[in-house]
Amino acid sequence: MPSFHGWYVALWAVLPALAVFVIWQMVSPMLVTEAVLQSPAAAALPADPMARNAVLEEARALATGELAGAFNPLSNSIAPAFAAAIGRYAMLGSLLALIVAFAGGAFGLLRIRPDLRARTKVERLVMAVLLIASLIAILTTAGIVLSLLFETLRFFSYVSPSEFLFGLQWSPQTAIRADQAGSSGAFGAIPLFWGTIFIGAIIAMLVAVPLGLMSAIYLTQYAHRRARQWLKPMLEILAGIPTVVYGYFAALTVAPAVRDFGVSLGIPSSSESALAAGLVMGVMIIPFVSSMADDSLAAVPQSMRDGSLAVGATPSETIRRVLVPAALPGIVGGVLLAVSRAIGETMIVVMAAGLAANLTANPFASVTTVTAQIVGLLTGDQEFDSPKTLAAFALGLTLFAITFLLNVIALQVVRRYREAYE
Amino acid sequence: MNRAATEWSGKAMQERLRRRYASERRFRRIGFAAIALSLGFLLFLLITMAVNGLGGFMETRVRIDVDFPRSDLFLDPAALQGPGAATALAGADIEGAVAAAAQSQYGPLGPALISDAAWLRVREAIAKEPSLPGRKATFWLPISSALDAAADGEGPPELKQAAQRLASAGALQRGFNLRFLASSDATDPAAVGIWGAFKGSLLTMLVTIVIAFPIGVLSAVYLEEYAPRNRWTTIIEVSINNLAAVPSIIFGLLGLAVFLNFMHMPRSAPIVGGLTLALMTMPVIVIAARNALTAVPPSVREAALGIGASQVQMVFHHVLPLALPGILTGTIIGMARALGETAPLLMIGMRAFIATPPGGINEPATVLPVQIFLWSDEVNRGFVEKTSAAILVLLAFLMAMNGLAIYLRNKFEQRW
Amino acid sequence: MMTAKENMSIDRAAPCDDLDDVKFRVRGVSVYYGDKKAVDDVSLDIRTEFVTAFIGPSGCGKSTFLRTLNRMNDTIPGARVEGRIELDGEDIYSSSMDVVQLRARVGMVFQKPNPFPKSIYENVAYGPRIHGLARDKTALDEIVERSLQRAGLWQEVKDRLNESGTALSGGQQQRLCIARAIAVDPEVILMDEPASALDPIATARIEELIHELRGRYAIVIVTHNMQQAARVSQRTAFFHLGELVEYGETSDIFTRPKVPRTQDYITGRYG
Repeated sequence: MPSFHGWYVALWAVLPALAVFVIWQMVSPMLVTEAVLQSPAAAALPADPMARNAVLEEARALATGELAGAFNPLSNSIAPAFAAAIGRYAMLGSLLALIVAFAGGAFGLLRIRPDLRARTKVERLVMAVLLIASLIAILTTAGIVLSLLFETLRFFSYVSPSEFLFGLQWSPQTAIRADQAGSSGAFGAIPLFWGTIFIGAIIAMLVAVPLGLMSAIYLTQYAHRRARQWLKPMLEILAGIPTVVYGYFAALTVAPAVRDFGVSLGIPSSSESALAAGLVMGVMIIPFVSSMADDSLAAVPQSMRDGSLAVGATPSETIRRVLVPAALPGIVGGVLLAVSRAIGETMIVVMAAGLAANLTANPFASVTTVTAQIVGLLTGDQEFDSPKTLAAFALGLTLFAITFLLNVIALQVVRRYREAYE
Repeated sequence: MNRAATEWSGKAMQERLRRRYASERRFRRIGFAAIALSLGFLLFLLITMAVNGLGGFMETRVRIDVDFPRSDLFLDPAALQGPGAATALAGADIEGAVAAAAQSQYGPLGPALISDAAWLRVREAIAKEPSLPGRKATFWLPISSALDAAADGEGPPELKQAAQRLASAGALQRGFNLRFLASSDATDPAAVGIWGAFKGSLLTMLVTIVIAFPIGVLSAVYLEEYAPRNRWTTIIEVSINNLAAVPSIIFGLLGLAVFLNFMHMPRSAPIVGGLTLALMTMPVIVIAARNALTAVPPSVREAALGIGASQVQMVFHHVLPLALPGILTGTIIGMARALGETAPLLMIGMRAFIATPPGGINEPATVLPVQIFLWSDEVNRGFVEKTSAAILVLLAFLMAMNGLAIYLRNKFEQRW
Repeated sequence: MMTAKENMSIDRAAPCDDLDDVKFRVRGVSVYYGDKKAVDDVSLDIRTEFVTAFIGPSGCGKSTFLRTLNRMNDTIPGARVEGRIELDGEDIYSSSMDVVQLRARVGMVFQKPNPFPKSIYENVAYGPRIHGLARDKTALDEIVERSLQRAGLWQEVKDRLNESGTALSGGQQQRLCIARAIAVDPEVILMDEPASALDPIATARIEELIHELRGRYAIVIVTHNMQQAARVSQRTAFFHLGELVEYGETSDIFTRPKVPRTQDYITGRYG
């Protein structure tokens, strides 16, 4: 089949060159920086790594034309070296890719013979490509775990794991300069864990579980088919609204109302409260609970419902005593997944709950969560070796572990439930 | 009979029945109330945004009369028509002239009445009509946010009086502010627009879909059509299912650690944002694509193989086209979710102040949700309506995407 | 196990505590699913002292008609019943008849056994609990034991009442469902092809049980197995295409049917 032969040569020409190109893109920034550091102008660079990097970045931006003028005069002098290096390496890379392309194409061409089973080879290549595409998923997971782990281990060289996991004080200030006073830096994450659970697992669930479960019950047992067709997607809309919108709504409308309410009750209230964030997050989570509950209730065989009605039970008795217990594993699985989602939520808490680490049971007070702190720690000055920024990764790893665990448990519960009804 | 027959019509029974039916009615009402409450929240949120945000698409303008020949502005109409027009325009102090005109018309408060960016409108007008600087002209320029607030009753007393005077003198005009859709970020809320952030979103989405779609679909094809059922396949599947449930902020951390710290890619650029979101969206596409591929009946595959097609031809020429509508639907829904994401992009630095739209995928940019987040932090009250208006734009776009997905699904849904 | 002949010869001599009059009086009943008519103008009487069998080819409306007797068609959206059905003289479709109590008085056993995913005890105790039929735990225990005994299951499960009802074999599950129906002290037991999902030995056990229960409860059984109808029932109704073709003594229906269609069905002309 001639087309396959054509593909064969083409692939031999293109793929190796593409590989060279990609590798070059990743490697050349480092090579360019190295070359610039060798140049005479680089001798004037400051020794402090942070300042030096700033100058280098600026020079690079100047060289590529992103920046019109520079703050630091040093950058101006280094920029030409950058431009030269970039140009040199770009040309080198293109040349290399071209040579490889020709070599590959020639190689492929030479191998064309009448008995060449091009189709098989191309097919095998396609399969390899597919396999590699799937491996990206594993790569991503591995990437997440490894990068988080790596930074977390570096974090633990500054702060001990037991202080992090069990400490009660969270005030992540670190010294910018070694001689700066007032750099206490306590990294006990318990207030964060508590805030996360308080908002996500307690308040939000108190809203989402009753509303979600009863909505699912009404939709599956009582609503007309036509009504259900419309109402179910409308509930799903709640899950489709971006969390930043929820966060803004929470900060703009809900938080002041909650504060006024708390004040009227005589409870010390803040303008950013756990209750405000939790309420809005609960509303957002409703579809997660209702959707799983809906599926689980619908999966209970009709014969079970008939058996209960035939003995003289009312529909609500049937639901409460037979259907919900029968569907319980699925419902619980849905709740666990919803909790996992709530715990990982960021924007609502950042915008409505604040950054003050507070170990309190007062829902009108301001608490912070793991996710809000990750955002807080990584904005502002970024010194990538300070315990402050590394703490964010440690928090990220903890979050990943907990949500991973919750998801695994939830899926196990649901799977065992499904098997019971197959 | 060993047992007394049940007294079904007895008083105790009737009472019990009554209570049971009352309980039934209550239960049913609670269920209805739950749905009503949930949808009520939704409605409340949307209405609040709409009420706050519609004002963001409007602006109030104040009348400013500019007497160009008498002003300090030196602009030769001839120069404005030649090749050096742009430079001439750029060099002229239009801002000062407009401020002076405002001052002469409304007194010392004059310049405070108009928005910081108001003079740009005058410049545009001159560019369109180069003869303008030769005569007197009347402009309706957007008012400053301070005056806007004063018109609503907040602010220093002199501004409030000024607002009242202007209103009664007919010097204020309310109209549509479609520049909101064309401008970018600014310090004065009256001058902000969403285009800069929107373009950033578009570029980021482009990168995301170019990366996530092929990888996602090819992975799904592999898992469905080729993969043997062994341990590696199970691990891949478990990975994908777990990735789909990982909080989005973790992907942000991944992007920060790998793309920024390790690979030194440009901060806050759509390429990094797109890569990060692609990693997040890919599992969603894989799952949707797998479902679509599973739905294609085996008979199609058997028929294709039966006429001598190879495995590759069978999959790519026969199965994939049939699964395509389902794949597209799932992809659109996944992209809609990515469009609304904020946290991961904050992690990779897309929170800068972007005053001009990005030129390419390597330049610093921001996305619409992040822009909303940044504006929500602003103290200036004028930003409330702009933030809500931006939210309306975002929601409208998401609705369009989801609508498209549903339309595709309904149109091409095949029942095998 | 009874043979058809033995069964038919002793029906007149069956002793019973109370010889009821007609339990169910059905006149001119039609059932519609939307616009489709599933049952057309059926009239018959059901007496307590007899086991009544409904036979006919599949899809002929016998199950649908059975479900009118305990208003289970109410649970199907779009189902409509016309005509009059009286239980002990009272119109069961009138607004004064409470459906919940009706279903306790007229129990039902389904084709596929459907025990709840609860313990054996809880399965049987479900009905009495809901209707408040037991004053205390002792009374409830008594009801459960008696029901399981009458269903012929007590000896097999008395030591494992806390085990799940779904862990039993198919035949045991069906007897559990019968016990569940018996526990609320019904007057009628409707059985919709109760043995069709069971193996022959379990089927025989069920048929034995029906014979034991006869007389205490009016039993109506739908079956597609003619031999089974001949074995267990004293009255048989033959349904075809939603109509009641012939109704009479089982022996007559099977040996000298009056209507040619009945004859054709009995001799296996169509299934």
